[in-house]
Order: sequence, then C-alpha cells, then structure tokens
Amino acid sequence: MSEKKPALWLRIFSFLVYLYFYLPILILIVFSFNTQKLNVRWEGFTLKWYEVLFNDSNVMLATRNTLIIAFISTLVATVIGTMAALALQRYRFPGYTLIESILYIPVIIPEVVMGISLLAFFALIKFQLGLVTITISHIAFNIPFVTLVVRARLHGFDKSIEEASMDLGANELTTFWRVTLPTIMPGVLSGAMLAFTLSLDDYVITYFSAGPGATTLPLRVFSMVRFAVTPEVNALSTLWVLTVLVILLISQVVQKRQT
Amino acid sequence: MSTDKPELKRKHSLAHILRENSAVQGIALISPTAIYMLIFIVLPMILVAVLSFMSRGTYGNVVYEFNFQNYVRLVDPLYFRILLYSLGVGLATMVFTIMIGYPLAYFIARSPARKRSFYLFLILLPFWTNFIIRIYAWIMILRTQGLLNTVLLDLGLIQDPLEILYTPTAVLIGMVYEFLPFMVLPLYTSLEKIENAQMEAAADLGARPWKVFLRVTLPLSVPGMIAGSILVFIPAMGMFVVPDLMGGAKTVLVGNVIRNQFLTSRDWPFGAAASMLLMILTLAFTLYYTRKAGFGEELLV
Repeated sequence: MSEKKPALWLRIFSFLVYLYFYLPILILIVFSFNTQKLNVRWEGFTLKWYEVLFNDSNVMLATRNTLIIAFISTLVATVIGTMAALALQRYRFPGYTLIESILYIPVIIPEVVMGISLLAFFALIKFQLGLVTITISHIAFNIPFVTLVVRARLHGFDKSIEEASMDLGANELTTFWRVTLPTIMPGVLSGAMLAFTLSLDDYVITYFSAGPGATTLPLRVFSMVRFAVTPEVNALSTLWVLTVLVILLISQVVQKRQT
Repeated sequence: MSTDKPELKRKHSLAHILRENSAVQGIALISPTAIYMLIFIVLPMILVAVLSFMSRGTYGNVVYEFNFQNYVRLVDPLYFRILLYSLGVGLATMVFTIMIGYPLAYFIARSPARKRSFYLFLILLPFWTNFIIRIYAWIMILRTQGLLNTVLLDLGLIQDPLEILYTPTAVLIGMVYEFLPFMVLPLYTSLEKIENAQMEAAADLGARPWKVFLRVTLPLSVPGMIAGSILVFIPAMGMFVVPDLMGGAKTVLVGNVIRNQFLTSRDWPFGAAASMLLMILTLAFTLYYTRKAGFGEELLV
C-alpha cells in the first residue's frame, strides 16, 4: 500500500484503539503499588502487596508447577515438533495428508472441546489427574504450533548448502548438526518461545486436566479473582508482565545474533 | 554387481535402509508426533464422539447404550436458547472486532513499511500477558466500586454507579478485548497485499476515495475478514471463562454448558453431544470458507 501518511481521523482512531489495548494493563500495574485495598483511588505508594505475594505459599507452589510444566512441555514439543516439521517439509510417505490434517485439530477446535476430550480420555484409562496429565496435555497442544513455525522457516531453506556439506565429505548426521540445525535454529527457537508462552498462559485445557490437587498460576489467579479484587493479583500481574517482557527481549537479542 | 555376503548384509541392515530410503526416513521423523497425536488428540476425540451417543447413569456414570437422546435434548427449548444466545454473542463479538479492527488494520497497512512491524508488535504485546489477568484488569475497571464508576462519579457525570459488571455488556467488552488481535492480524495480511496501483488506477479513472474503498479495497480484503471471523467467532462460542468471571450467572454460552456437564452435573454424554455440535459447527464453518474463499495464508498468521 501507499507510503503517504494515513488520514488524521484514522491516526486518532488507531491511537485510541492502542490506548484501549494498554490502559487496562497500565492501570493494573499502577494499582499494584497502591496502599488502598479497594483499588479505586490512589492513596500512596507501597510494596506491601509484593510482600504478601511472596509470602503466599499457594502462589509460590503454583508458580513452581507452572514453570516445570512449561519447561518440560516446551522441550518435548520442540524436539518432536521439529522432527515432524522436517518430515513434512522434506519427505513424502504414506499417511502424509492424514497426519498433516491431524496436526491442525488442536489449532482449530475450541479449547473447551479439547479440554473435555482429554479429561474423558484420562478418566477412561484411569490415569490419575495431576501435574503429569497437565504436562501431557500441554505437549499435545504445543506440538502443532512448533511444527507450523519450524515449517515456515524450512520453507525458505536452501538445500544446496546441505549438498555442499555432503560433497565436502560430511555424513548426514554431521550435516544435520553443523549445517541444517544452525540454519533452522531461529525457527526452532521461536517455536519453542511460542510453546513456552502458550503453556504459561493456558487456562482452559489445564483446568480440565488438573484434577483437584494440582494447581498452576492461571488456575490460582482464576480462583483469586473469582470473588474478590485484591491488589496481590495486581502485584502478580505486574511481575508476570515484566517476566514476559524480559523473555521477549532475550529472544529478540538471540534472534538478532542468529542472523 | 557382485552378490557376495557382506554386500548383501549391508543392504538389509537397518542403518542402510534408514540412509537410503527416504520414505522410511520421513516415517522415522514423523512417528513420535504421529503416535503422540494419535493417542492424545485423535483417540480422545473419538471417545467424545462415542460418548455423545451414550447416556448418563444414576450416579453420573456412563451407560454404554447407543441412543440419540443427547442430540434430541440439544434442541430442547432451554438448550436451543443457549445455542442461539451463543451464536448471538459470537456474532456480536465478530461485528465489534471488525468495526474496531478494520480501521486499525487499514491504518497499519497504510503506514510506512518500516513502522508496520512495530505497530503489529504493539498489538501482540498485551496479549503475551496472561488471559485471566487481562480479564481481571477489566473487572477492576468495570465493577460497581471500580475505576470507571469512581471517575465518572467524581466528575459528576453520573449520580449512581453504573452496573456493568455481571451483565451481558461486560461479557461483550471482555470478549472484544480478548479477540481483537485475531481480527486485526488477518485483516492486515489481506489489506497489505492490495497493490497501490490497483487503488491508484481506480482513482485515475475518476473514482472518489470512498468509492475506491467500497469497490476496490473492501472486496479485496474479504478473505482477511472471513479468516478473522473464523478466528473470533468459533473460540467466542466455546468461551466459558469470560462469561464465568464477567457475566455472573446470567450469561451462559455453549462453552459453559459443556463445562458444567463435565464438572458439575456430571452428564458426560450430554456434554459430549454439545461438544460434537460445537465441533461440527467449527468444521463446517472453516471448511466452507476456506474452500470458498480459497485462502489459507490469512488463517495462519
């Protein structure tokens, strides 16, 4: 489209939409430092809600669980999702189209349906619900996203550099580790990033596969905000936003280095 | 070719097959994913399909007797109303996200190329925070003693606080906020593809700006609008968290029905039938439009 400046009304409108995106989050952050518990008026600066947060053993446990689940599910989904991306992009084999369509199921079906289907399945095979079932479910919804992202990267891959490597005497394995993997690494990393954040963020599927004992941060936050507004949640949200920003920054730096 | 033994042995060794046969290599690479998806996606889906034809026992157990009862119950006025209401909420969310998202997508597409990715990044950034946290922010703003009412009361614009939270309006506000990026991104993708030349040609031929928009830009952005609508409409119908937290007990969508059948009423077969309905709607909607509009790229942003 054209390079000239968009019309004034369009710029004002867009500015207002961005305001709409950011205002709720900014308010959330500002009021995490407010002394008043009811959250409506600014009364004075305090860090006491952060103290409350760090002394909340339920929140700390949920944080630990969330991180463990996110790490394991990201690792597994990234490894086997990348393998699947390589298979789909480079090889033809029986069942190709079928597997390709199955990979789209978690992307398009409503989350609640995937959640209850896993719940029903775990119940049928009498698998005790808990951290393990949450992790299994997260791997299941993460694989397709990793595969999609890595495939997009493989799409523009120049095969001649692999051939060059083989011509110079490297075998398939060496070529893969020294040539293919470094080239597709940015794609693998952004796939892993996506998987990690999807896992951190997931409420619906976790809710159905958690069972009564296990809790993660989104589940914990849900039960905290269900009936009451408490600045402790604001403090938690602020830290969450900061963490995500740091992860994003790191990944930007890593990606820049790679290219 | 000589047929001495070592040669023969090497030809049939596993390593050799793996190295030389590309189909085998492909299968070896895909099998972990294929097996995993088969066990944890396909089997559970089949299970839900089977469950939907069973019935509930006295203690919330599943009685394995084939019948259509659950599907008949879905068109019972109580549930049919919920279905229509969900369609309405999904549709309203879709319309509002288009109304807000279209001008924004247009703005980004018409901005200088070097700024575009930054503007897109700005849209995505808030959505890297947790989804429950974003809803909580709106609860803080909208509740009776919340920020909006405090500000309006202080300014003297209203005498009594507005009751927005725990109404369908609040649900819609939450839904539009959650789903807006899913509309903006595909709209942007299709708007960005429109060649400047096409619009200039229309203008050169004497079309007024609004006519250029109506006759050239708008029709060419339809694939983006459809992709966005799929990405917004379907998840909106299955959404139960926003109605739970912002709608009180008054707003019940298909997603809430499914959740309740599985966790509180313990009528799994009926919940499974409602899930099947949602899945069939999803598939029909997605297939119809992807075939008809012939796009794919917009859906995958």
